[in-house]
Amino acid sequence: MAVATLDGETDFDGWRKAARAFRLAGVEPAAARFVVAGAVEQGGLFDQPIAEEASPTPDDRRAFNVPKEFVDLAQNLILHRSADRFDLMYRLLWRLKDEPDLIKVISDRDVADALERVKNVSRASHKMKAFVRFRQVHDDLGEAWVAWFEPPHRVLEKTAPFFQRRFTTMRWSILTPDGSAFWDGETLRFGPPATRDMAPAEDEIEDFWKTYYASTFNPARLKVKTMQGEMAKSYWKNLPEAALIPELVAASSVRTETMVATPSPQPNPRFARAVAPDLHLARPDAEAVPENLDDVAVGVQACRRCPLYRDATQGVCGEGPKSARLMIVGEQPGDQEDLAGRTFIGPAGQVLNAALAEAGIDRSDVYVTNAVKHFKHEPRGKRRLHKTPNAGEVQACRWWLDSERRLIKPQVVLALGATAGLALLGRKPAVMQERGAPIDLSDGSTAVLTVHPSYLLRLPDEAAKSEARRLFIEDLAAVQRRMR
Amino acid sequence: MARLDLRRKLSVLADAAKYDASCSSSGTSKRNSVGGKGIGSTEGMGICHAYTPDGRCISLLKILLTNFCIYDCAYCINRVSSNVERARFDVDEVVDLTLNFYKRNYIEGLFLSSGIIRSGDYTMEQLVLVAKTLREVHDFRGYIHLKLIPEADPKLVEMAGLYADRLSANIELPRDEALARLAPQKDVGVIKKAMSQVRLGVEAAKPAKREKIKPPKFAPGGQSTQLIIGADGAPDTEILDRSASLYGGYGLRRVYYSAFSPIPDSSSILPLSKPPLMREHRLYQADWLMRFYGFSAPEIGEGASNGMLDLAVDPKLAWALNKREQFPVDVNRAPREMLLRVPGLGVKAVDRIVSGRRYRTLRLEDVGRLTRSVAKIRPFITALDWTPGGLTDAADLKARVTSRTPEQLSLF
Ligand code: SF4
Repeated sequence: MAVATLDGETDFDGWRKAARAFRLAGVEPAAARFVVAGAVEQGGLFDQPIAEEASPTPDDRRAFNVPKEFVDLAQNLILHRSADRFDLMYRLLWRLKDEPDLIKVISDRDVADALERVKNVSRASHKMKAFVRFRQVHDDLGEAWVAWFEPPHRVLEKTAPFFQRRFTTMRWSILTPDGSAFWDGETLRFGPPATRDMAPAEDEIEDFWKTYYASTFNPARLKVKTMQGEMAKSYWKNLPEAALIPELVAASSVRTETMVATPSPQPNPRFARAVAPDLHLARPDAEAVPENLDDVAVGVQACRRCPLYRDATQGVCGEGPKSARLMIVGEQPGDQEDLAGRTFIGPAGQVLNAALAEAGIDRSDVYVTNAVKHFKHEPRGKRRLHKTPNAGEVQACRWWLDSERRLIKPQVVLALGATAGLALLGRKPAVMQERGAPIDLSDGSTAVLTVHPSYLLRLPDEAAKSEARRLFIEDLAAVQRRMR
Repeated sequence: MARLDLRRKLSVLADAAKYDASCSSSGTSKRNSVGGKGIGSTEGMGICHAYTPDGRCISLLKILLTNFCIYDCAYCINRVSSNVERARFDVDEVVDLTLNFYKRNYIEGLFLSSGIIRSGDYTMEQLVLVAKTLREVHDFRGYIHLKLIPEADPKLVEMAGLYADRLSANIELPRDEALARLAPQKDVGVIKKAMSQVRLGVEAAKPAKREKIKPPKFAPGGQSTQLIIGADGAPDTEILDRSASLYGGYGLRRVYYSAFSPIPDSSSILPLSKPPLMREHRLYQADWLMRFYGFSAPEIGEGASNGMLDLAVDPKLAWALNKREQFPVDVNRAPREMLLRVPGLGVKAVDRIVSGRRYRTLRLEDVGRLTRSVAKIRPFITALDWTPGGLTDAADLKARVTSRTPEQLSLF
């Protein structure tokens, strides 16, 4: 049996040196022992210290490497309170010689065991971040903060830097049975084990905290097991608020029953005057024939003519001067338009703007709107996929488009794509064949068809794209000539 | 203000805030107090400092600025026609409480909401002022979650986004019709518009690629919302559709589901039933499936009956029992997306299987070590030494994999 003595329970460097020596000396895991100096349990009859004589020569040092994952794992594993953790660490080290990928084989018994313990360690560290409770003290330098804490594993040194980064401008100490940590605003020091009586016993603010704890608890939803799963009883004795738990639990069913049984008292008459007006009484009537563009804007927000309002953010109406001679009709608002409440501001809008400019049309002279006012889409994770409105929806929404046309009386209405064509002509046009040709409408205006700018965006091939774009601009320019 | 009064206020205003389910402090930009004049950090996502006997965690100081409200929402204890004790904090009182609690390591930060007083704008201004004081006067770098008053001026929403980590506006009721009926001063359109503004703000704050100057941070923790379950007639599938639409539309981080809880002095239009906690739990599971497991809302609906999720089995298992032809799945070969559909396999376990099988062909025993319990999974997988045979199609499969369920149900 080979024995190595470590300086402390978490002496990783000591263990690393000894383990290296053992492995170079060929000490099998079953024959290796690690003891902590000063620990109660002392060596067995056959122990012989070999760490000295087996010290590696500089050449041997290069003889083996361990993956970084192993070092990370072992550094956390050593913080576990189990007595046999050193042996497990050494067994893994030993096996790494023949199985260099061992640490990645997480289904291996030793690796799974180590990972489980590391999980406990990191849980203990996490719970320490959560359950440390500082109490205020005053000394010559002013106020300072002291906590008493008993971590289930030896995570003080691992966790103290967290508090340093969080409470940089405070002077604080954390006392534990394993050791203590001190931060003075500049350096973090570690000291000897402490006892509970070295920490202050109370803090004035604690009563406020308990008040908060008791008030934020909903007695109608008792789930004691869930609570205990997350906040193990072993922590309770150092959590001031935990003392309230038995009473809160005991009183909860009574509280709920009394609450439910108590009849509602009369409302406070003093408040009656303060009540805000009922919005829905003031709702605009979506059936009333709009008399101006403002009526359209308000009416669309209240419109329930088809189900599309339900998943959209808002109705998006047309934009442009009331005196516009050209009206452009798109399909429906897209994602960006739906969010901002403005028409043609997304990618397709940018294509349209650029094309209008090239065709010599000033967008600010044009009334731009859509056949359908609410965004039809399907959720796909964190995005929304555009869906083409169906004939019923287009028909329902014509109420608004017709109102816009009636109020603006444009000379030419340019329909972008089939949906806009359908809304205008009452039949689904063959856009590619009919594009560019003027069609007389019953109100005396002229309809012209062309493609929707988003069609240009979708074309994959650059050459096709620029050709399509050229034709689109040509259609716009032809409309512009017609307006003169 | 005397201290005793302050404690009384704290008790009233924490009590009034407890019906909001969102309380976590997760996912924001990384900060700490090194080099600053104040305190606070946001590392160690979602630290829960305590748990109450209702099983919920305390991560933030969750309070209302005031529980007085000029609105009359039937499901809310603070509605104007309720006769609860009223209280109101000053801005400085909230700031002091937050700092005092934070310094003692009780909390990760503040979650501040409020009843509507005077007007939406005035109320929002006060909420923003608390956050501004914490950030600018005290250099507080902990977490701040502000409740949006949807009808407030967009400029105030913009300011809120500069100071807060997270913003939220509650949709409250899954059905618009019910919102109009039960919360006559609220309008779902206004709430959605506030959410749009937050999404646009968050997107504008993301620096474009290669750009040097970073735009100022805007609600780096994103936004969330809450739906109350069981106060209107909406079935689960409708609720999940609504969530899917909210996730897709506004890039929400979370939708919280809050089983309608009987409240003191409850409005007579609402049921005084026990909260359907198991239903709430199933909705959370379903929501989880949408966010992390690639399920769509309609797919989850396939395992439901009459629009309601099965209370006896979790929604993933319900889906799998309905789709036996998709199973068993070979743990050594199946793509990740398919492993994610195996009942009982979590994201972590799936990732472990995917990385583990590169080094070894997995046996059932290996799978057992990579997951919490292999019993529930066995009928749905094959491994090197395991095929479920007829088990996958067994008529009593549901009963076999849910033997513990009746006991579990009685807990609620
Ligand atoms: S899409 Fe048109 S018809 Fe349908 S709800 Fe919206 S405005 Fe009304």
